[in-house]
Formats: sequence, C-alpha cells, structure tokens
Amino acid sequence: MNGLRAPHLVALVAGLGFLYLPILVLVLYSFNASRLVTVWGGFSLHWYGALLRNAALIDAFWLSLRVAALSASLATLLGTLAAIALVRFGRFTGRGLLSGAVAAPLVMPEVITGLSLLLLFVGAGLERGFWTVTIAHVTLTTCFATIVVQARLVGMDRSLEEAAQDLGAPPWRVFASVTLPLILPGLAAAWLLAFTLSLDDLVIASFTTGPGATTLPMRIYSAIRLGVTPEINAASTILIALVALVLVAASLIAKRNLLPRG
Amino acid sequence: MAGLPPSVPPRKSLGNIRRAFAPWANPAARPLVTFEGVTKRFGGVTAVDDLTLAIYPGEFFALLGPSGCGKTTLMRMLAGFETPDSGRIAIDGQDLAGIPPYRRPTNMMFQSYALFPHMSVEDNIAYGLRQEGQPRTEIARRVAEMLALVKLEGLGRRRPDQLSGGQRQRVALARALAKRPKVLLLDEPLGALDRKLREATQYELMDLQSELGLTFVMVTHDQDEAMALADRIAVMSGGRIAQVAPPEVIYENPATRFVAEFVGDVNLVEGTITEASEAFVSIRTAPEGLVIIADPPPGLHPGAAVTVALRPEKVAITHAEPPQAVNKLAGEIWDIGYLGDFTMFQVKVGGEGGPLFKVALANRTRRVERPLAWDDRVWLSWDAEAGILLAG
Ligand SMILES: Nc1ncnc2c1ncn2[C@@H]1O[C@H](COP(=O)(O)OP(=O)(O)OP(=O)(O)O)[C@@H](O)[C@H]1O
Ligand SMILES: [Mg+2]
Repeated sequence: MNGLRAPHLVALVAGLGFLYLPILVLVLYSFNASRLVTVWGGFSLHWYGALLRNAALIDAFWLSLRVAALSASLATLLGTLAAIALVRFGRFTGRGLLSGAVAAPLVMPEVITGLSLLLLFVGAGLERGFWTVTIAHVTLTTCFATIVVQARLVGMDRSLEEAAQDLGAPPWRVFASVTLPLILPGLAAAWLLAFTLSLDDLVIASFTTGPGATTLPMRIYSAIRLGVTPEINAASTILIALVALVLVAASLIAKRNLLPRG
Repeated sequence: MAGLPPSVPPRKSLGNIRRAFAPWANPAARPLVTFEGVTKRFGGVTAVDDLTLAIYPGEFFALLGPSGCGKTTLMRMLAGFETPDSGRIAIDGQDLAGIPPYRRPTNMMFQSYALFPHMSVEDNIAYGLRQEGQPRTEIARRVAEMLALVKLEGLGRRRPDQLSGGQRQRVALARALAKRPKVLLLDEPLGALDRKLREATQYELMDLQSELGLTFVMVTHDQDEAMALADRIAVMSGGRIAQVAPPEVIYENPATRFVAEFVGDVNLVEGTITEASEAFVSIRTAPEGLVIIADPPPGLHPGAAVTVALRPEKVAITHAEPPQAVNKLAGEIWDIGYLGDFTMFQVKVGGEGGPLFKVALANRTRRVERPLAWDDRVWLSWDAEAGILLAG
C-alpha cells in the first residue's frame, strides 16, 4: 500500500471502527461462555447450541428465508418487466410517470410505506401474515430490482437483438436466446439485493405481519426488549453472515458483468 | 424465410470493367429489390427523400455518400428495422410493408459485427439456421462449410472475445451468409480493418459473391472500396440519389457537380458556352477569360452556363508549349505533392489571382529529381474529350 501514511491510517481505522465496532462486539459476545452479556467468560459455542433448540427463533428464521426468497423472485420478475418497458419501448405515453413511480419508493420513508400497506391490507380485508409481508417486501424491493436490471439493459448493445431478429428469430425467441442470457447477471444481482433487503427489514414487516408470522428481525427485536441474551447475539451473527455473504455474491456478479469481456 | 440464391452464372474476374454483366441496361431484366418513392423522416430530418432505385439479382451494389446522407437508413428499411413514411419497398415483387425483419429474405452484416458474446463462433453462425428449424446434421454441415469459406476452420469453439478484429469480421460475414439470403446487406463491412487486410478482404468478398451468386448491397464512404467492388454505385446526397451507374461511368461521366467532386479529384471551372457546333463547343471562363474546348454535349447551347470538370490525370504538364494541343494553358507551378505512385502538381493558371489546376503525373521512373520544380513556368494541355461539361 503505497502512499498510506500515518494520518490516513488513523482516519481509516477510526472510520472502519465507527462502522464495524458495534458489529464486532456483537459477534464476539455471541461466542461468550458467560450468561452475562457484558462479562467475558471465555470462548464457547454454547449459545449457538441453545439457538438450535429455540423453536421460536428457528421458525422465525425459516419464515424470513421464505419471505425473502419469494419476494425477491417476484420483485426480480416485476423489476425486469418494468426495466424492459423503460429501456426498450422508447417514448411511450406515461414513460416519465413510470420511471418516476419506479424510483419513488427508494426515497420513501419505510414507516410511510409500511403504514400505507397496512391501511391497504386492512381496507382490502386481507388476513395479515406470510402473504401480506411477502407482498409488502415485493413493494419495497421492486424499485431496487428495476434499477439494477435497467442498468444492465442500457449497457447492452441494441444491435445484438436486431442481429437475432435479422437472422430469423421472432421477438420472444430473441428475448430468450439473446436478451435474457446477456442480462442474467443483472437479474441475479437484483435478486440477491432484493433478498437481503427483505431479510433484514424490520419496519415494514412489523406493520404488515399478523400474529402467526414473525420474521427473524422482529423476533430479535422483541427478544432484546426483554434484555439482550447471548443467544440473540448468536442469531444476529448468523443473520449478519448471511447478508454479508449474499452482498458479496451480488457485488461479484455486478462487477463481472460491468467489466468489458476479454 | 429461406432465400434460395437466384440463378446467376458464376463470374470470376479481378476487375469489374471486363464483366459482361449489365442487367440494368436490359429492359426485360427483372429487378430483385425495388425502392419506389421511399421517404423516411426522423422528426424534422428527412433521412431518405422520395428515393427510387432498382437492384438486380447477382449484383454487387454499393451505396456511397457523405456522412448522414441516409445510407444506413436506406439499408435498415430494407432489413425491416425502420418503416418508410411513404413509398414502397419490394423484393422479388413482394411488397415488404408490414413484414417484420425476421421474415424478410435479407441478412445483414452489422457495422459493429453484433456477434453474440455468450455464444461460440459455431453457435453464432448456426443461429440463423436454428431459427429455420434445420436438422442438426445439416446445421453442422453448413457451419463447417461457412467456417471453411471465411478461412476460420479450427476456431469454431472460440468465443467472439477470443478473436482478433479481422476474425470477428469474418464470423459476422459467415453468420450473415449462412442462410444464403436473397440479399446480403453490408453496412461498412470493412470499416474496422487496416488497409492491407481491407484490400485482401475486398477480393475475398468479390470472390464470395460471384461464387455464391448472391446479391450484395454494401454501404461505404470509402470511394476506392466502392470502385473496386461494385457493379454499380449509387452516390447519395441529402437522402437522394445523385447518380446510379457503374464505377467507370461515375468517375468518367459524373452526372452532377456533386458526384464529380465526391468521387475522385477534379478541377472545376465555371464558364459560359460561346460557340457550339457538331464538332466541338467553346467555353469562356467567367473572371479569367480562359477558353476551353470540349466535345459537344447534347442539349447545351451558346449562352448556357456550364461547369467544366477535368480529372487531374487527364491533363499533361510540359515545359515546352505543346504545338498541337486543343486546350493549352500557361501557368506556374505553385505546389508539388509526392504521393508515391503519383505526383500531384498545383498549377496557377493566368497569373496572380488565377485558378489553381490540379495535375497528376504518374511516377514512371524511380528518379527522384524531377525536371519540374516549384515556380517553373509550364504548359497544361488536354484533349477535347477530357473535359466533362456539367450544366450550371
Ligand atoms: N434513429 C434516428 N433518429 C433520429 N435521426 C436519425 C436516426 N437515424 C438516422 N437519423 C438521421 O438521419 C440522417 C441519415 O442517417 P444515416 O444513419 O442513414 O446516415 P449515413 O449515410 O449512414 O451516415 P454515416 O456515413 O455517418 O453512417 C442523419 O441526419 C441522421 O442524423
Ligand atoms: Mg451509416
């Protein structure tokens, strides 16, 4: 590392410390043998074992995974359709409105999104639970998916699709054999992003869920109101690891598809 | 749509002048591609303006013109990527209106090559054949044939990004040829190649075209390329066709001042016809009062304003006054440009403020010190048939 002098190093360490020290502490204490959260009692995997026997936490974990996987898939589908409409259909009536509408949820406070979805579900008389949380997460993540897929489509050479048509492929086959394979990395990145957004959402899930369906972030949040236990630290560590893994995968895919080939 | 090659006898030759191929001169010949009064506008820009054109089976047709004159637009309308605002385009008598690109008997070689980056060379070439639902063995046979044709045997399994620019260009050509389209469209096919490879590929293109008996329509803004390859050239300007003719006619008999200036080097002198007879016309140039004798063109009478176009290589340059020359002008060498095969002289005629004439002299010996030097007083002379008279 050339040019990284002492002041820079201090700034870097301070910055990273500010960002990651809380997380580091949490991860460390998940391996604490002691029941007291603030006292280090030696290394142990005890709390991970306890976690495995905590049926409520395990249920919440599975629910979160199912909600995240399903909502990410739906969001990627809808986001891809919206991106294709925005990029490929030229200047149609309502294009400006659609692109604005797609971007708006990005800056919408989550409390507002959650509240408005709650009102909608109540008004429509839907029973709140797995499906309402999933729908709410699709609402939350579709705009992110649209933007990721859109970037990929814009970067794609239009003449490739024309060449496929010219060689005799009707539009749907052009899409299946040329467009789709070429935007696939974008779709994967969009799915992974939507998955993590859903996995660690607390606010919107709290608004839109019902008694039977508690997601992992909700379970953790309600548990720490009764006091932080090392078991919750362990659950949080697993969640952090999962999100980090998925984000790294997403960024690797995004990087690979942005770099020129060859 | 499987385009069967039209039955045209194969013709092998190096030049295009000796070919006995001129269906456009035969009123009974049926054109393959016709444009009738085709207009295309983009917003306020008229890219193609009321254009009428016929291209014959087996022809190598070149569209030549300055940037933005509508060449690509014309080609894209034929391929089906743009819809004309008015007029009719037909292939083999079939109106193409409403027929999408994937059902037209044309294939296009894109300027950017547009090779599918996620497919191997073989799969790229096979793409069109797969759309036709050909059996696997037939596809494999045709792909091998195409690879051999463009001399890329052994590279079939590579991806496009593992090929050189020249190899990619061949893959693009092979892919466009694989379906044997009735009409092959080439948009500046050799634009990305260096000069040597370009020339080699030009000959290959010509051979391919005569071997396969296909009809080629090629866009270029390289006039040498158009001259070397085409049976006929259409010179376009501002969305219209200025002239359609074989290369030698475009060069020796340009129809307009624009064509004369766009193709090759030319001296243009404006004047008025002072005398016209069966044998010759006499032209007096406007400010300088020079007199030029030329062969009589039909339909021009004394008093008509004309432009005389004179190719630099048609003019002789000598120190001594040529006794018998019909046209001779005294001048002074203003500039000399050595071009290897030719030396280009700029000669100021008629003293200070007179016009500059370009004169090309073939360098027929290897001697470097030339008898002609800067500021020499020289005589220019040319035959009556050398000057081209253009109205206006
Ligand atoms: N999709 C489009 N939208 C708007 N204007 C266009 C479009 N395509 C072409 N034009 C305009 O139409 C005119 C003709 O363009 P065209 O691409 O046919 O020119 P060209 O002869 O192929 O030029 P070049 O030699 O630079 O490729 C130009 O003025 C161009 O700006
Ligand atoms: Mg062009």
